[in-house]
Amino acid sequence: MQADTLSGGFGDPAIQSAHAFRSVMEAMARPGTIHDIAGAVPPGPLSPAAGAVLLTLCDTETPVHLAGAAHCEAVRRWLAFHTGAPITGPAHCMFAVGTWADLMPLSNYPVGTSDYPDRSATLIVECPVLATTGATLTGPGIKDHATLSVPDIAALQSNRALFPLGLDFVLTHGDRVAALPRSTTVRATEVS
Amino acid sequence: MTEYNFAYLDEQTKRMIRRAILKGLAIPGYQVPFASREMPMPYGWGTGGVQVSAAVLTPEDRFKVIDQGADDTTNAVSIRAFFERTAGVATTTTTSEATVIQTRHRIPEAALTEGQILVYQVPIPEPLRFLEPRESETRKMHELEEYGLMHVKLYEDISRHGHIATSYAYPVRVEGRYVMDPSPIPKFDNPKLGGMAAIQLFGAGREQRIYALPPYCDVVSLDFEDHPFDPSKADHPCGLCGAQDSYLDEVIVDDAGGRMFVCSDTDYCEARQMAGHRGKDAA
Repeated sequence: MQADTLSGGFGDPAIQSAHAFRSVMEAMARPGTIHDIAGAVPPGPLSPAAGAVLLTLCDTETPVHLAGAAHCEAVRRWLAFHTGAPITGPAHCMFAVGTWADLMPLSNYPVGTSDYPDRSATLIVECPVLATTGATLTGPGIKDHATLSVPDIAALQSNRALFPLGLDFVLTHGDRVAALPRSTTVRATEVS
Repeated sequence: MTEYNFAYLDEQTKRMIRRAILKGLAIPGYQVPFASREMPMPYGWGTGGVQVSAAVLTPEDRFKVIDQGADDTTNAVSIRAFFERTAGVATTTTTSEATVIQTRHRIPEAALTEGQILVYQVPIPEPLRFLEPRESETRKMHELEEYGLMHVKLYEDISRHGHIATSYAYPVRVEGRYVMDPSPIPKFDNPKLGGMAAIQLFGAGREQRIYALPPYCDVVSLDFEDHPFDPSKADHPCGLCGAQDSYLDEVIVDDAGGRMFVCSDTDYCEARQMAGHRGKDAA
């Protein structure tokens, strides 16, 4: 077993996961805001932020889909040791992690049922940039409007159209996190 | 073993609650089922709120608990002491200083801000429950947005009493989709639910449901065009601080029918008295 499989978890799980969760919750409650999230040192290609989100939310009850480059031996072993989460395909996952291109197509993931819309996947999207510029966001959690660098406006619009069904996205880059719940309306920022 | 895990609950339970909170925030007003745990206090004492608080607290938080607006009643004192002991968090009674506020049946008078989280204790999360006792049916009604029965109930109020007589747990519609029970807050507090800067989380322990309102959410109290929603309150000023704008408790003071009206929000009332405001019954 590799040494880096055993390391890189939370040293003080109760406290560090509490802080990490508050960052994720603030991000999910206020789409368009970016928060620091620290404490995890996962093996590549996972970012520290994606690692922290997985450690905070995943355990033996949450099937995880590792997409593309994230589906490697090092990540599988690390996730198994620190969370015990079963690895699965996109159709049965509660969480998925990878780059936007690797996670496609979105139609593969469970979007919930109309009586239980919460039974939908949360996608942890590793982003090349994470900035408060780009597409315009409106909806619950946003006072007037917000702007955020989003991976694909058209795909997020079709996801919004499914509401109250749909996927929720946690966007990660380095040690920072943002989120796009299904309730957020995304449109291209008009250049005036 | 002499110490508790931080904030009492084990980590796996907290992860489960945290996942439910995130889905609740993503689907405002929808009741997310969760595996509520037995807590060291009876159902009805805020076990749902306590579990939600335990899942969101960090050691740096400053925690406030109110019961019907008061910081000094049994329920509030014991929940505050519970988290002082199991999470080691600082506590306060001052609304503006608190980062997490757990509440039973009131929203503080002072406007909440962006750094704050308001956690409600909810007895019956299902607004349609007294109209339709079967969970399978109420779930279908939410699924199909079939909320006509709720309007019939409010209309029956009007036909019987001449006005909508529902005065607490007044149903609201969230973001034009889910009808939600705001917990048994007085309808006076309903206008504060929408557009609030703080995150609002609702926990129902016995009924095993968590739901949420993200900040600046669109929340509309159900009404009719010819009977618009009226957030009424007792038509008196506070006897202690003279406030005209706060929600009042009626207190019986003797055996001869004597009574006084005082702010239900004790922190608001005390802050006003400290600032020199005096009501007609102030000593």
